[in-house]
Amino acid sequence: MKAAQVTMETGAHAAALAVKSARVDVVPGYPITPQTSIMEAVAEMVENGELHARFIPVEGEHSAMAAAVAASAAGARVFTATSANGLLYMHEVLHMASGGRLPVVMCNVNRGIFAPWTLWADHQDSMAQRDTGWIQYHCSSNQEVFNTILQAFRVAEQINIPVMVNFDGFTISHCLMPLTVPPQEEIDRFLPPHEPEWRLDPAHPSSFSNVTNAPEYAPFRQMLSDDIMAAIPLVKQAAQEYKDITGMWDGDTIDTYRLEDAEVVAFAVNSMAAELRLSVDILREQGIKAGLLRPRLYLPFPAEDIINALPQNAQVMVLDRNYNFGHPGGILAAELKSVLFGRRNDITVKNRVMGIGGIDLTRRFMADEIRAMMDD
Amino acid sequence: MKAVTKAYRPISWPMKGAGGDTGTWRTHRPVVDIQKCTKCQICWIYCPEAVIDREESIVDYRYCKGCGVCAAECPTGAISMVKEE
Repeated sequence: MKAAQVTMETGAHAAALAVKSARVDVVPGYPITPQTSIMEAVAEMVENGELHARFIPVEGEHSAMAAAVAASAAGARVFTATSANGLLYMHEVLHMASGGRLPVVMCNVNRGIFAPWTLWADHQDSMAQRDTGWIQYHCSSNQEVFNTILQAFRVAEQINIPVMVNFDGFTISHCLMPLTVPPQEEIDRFLPPHEPEWRLDPAHPSSFSNVTNAPEYAPFRQMLSDDIMAAIPLVKQAAQEYKDITGMWDGDTIDTYRLEDAEVVAFAVNSMAAELRLSVDILREQGIKAGLLRPRLYLPFPAEDIINALPQNAQVMVLDRNYNFGHPGGILAAELKSVLFGRRNDITVKNRVMGIGGIDLTRRFMADEIRAMMDD
Repeated sequence: MKAVTKAYRPISWPMKGAGGDTGTWRTHRPVVDIQKCTKCQICWIYCPEAVIDREESIVDYRYCKGCGVCAAECPTGAISMVKEE
């Protein structure tokens, strides 16, 4: 058996290598910073014959997702990627992918939302898509981006629900980190070819996502809601089997660091959560029993795993890189409070919004913030 | 990868009535006066719902939505729109 290959790659290129490893059939793409480098790399792989896929250049993100929906309905394994306002422009068609039960996988490279324009990372774009019926992962390293895209295809195709793989613009997408690419035969074992039980086929004409009356519409929505919740065990299984085959582990629904005896728990997603490990070490050196809980899966929100993982009487410091407009604070804090209410009344939740539009989140800054939050 | 759950998808196959009993939408029904009808088939050509029989000018009221196109196009005035009770 061939050994795994280790190279230096950006997060965007790690995503493109995962697309190649997943043997994707169709890639509709439209450029938007900071996602563009994924599409450039995938287009190049298709052009030079490394990836046997159809690359479809389209005139906008609404069309990119429409092409993804159509190709997925025809039975193809489909990937696309976007960022910020591109994701917002797709919003309507995101519902078509989830309602149509199509296992599209998309990377969203997190970037702040217009207006005013910014190119830099925050999480308003992906979290604004909370109610579209997509499963959402949030990744904290280049390697996790690679690993998660493969796991995303597996979960999506097992349950026929589209999956969004999110990671921060520039911090992840444009920074080099060592990347381990497992041998192709290991990946093929983890992710066998897509075998849809139904597809659009001219030989057997059918009409897709037609008008329904209320008695049919309501059950479709209920089934989508139930099946999204049923993704949690599949996400865990995918992470475990990926570890068994490749030896790599990024956590399953959640990822924790020094959490067992923690009295102060940092709670955040994406690259800031990787940096928070270092903040936890700083706080520990200062005599504060700190720990980290990072939801790797944002949707479905891994309520039971969070409830079971949090130490008794912990103060949870939620660091939100987004605004929950109409509420004082961020979206993650609201999600966390909603699952803890009535279940873990011993937990105190505190919240600050930071890092908006790419403001640098260093280990020292976040350690200082957490210490300050203890007095809030 | 194979699906592990049964996903119910909004798929329908082309067949008569796949869209439901659309005749219930009607406020006015086309009534054909057989004495005036010349069987020219213009109503059959224009009917957007294909609910008029080509040979006998009989309307399938289960699916006719009552749009009135047939009555407007009939060259002999054989079709009149009658208010549904």
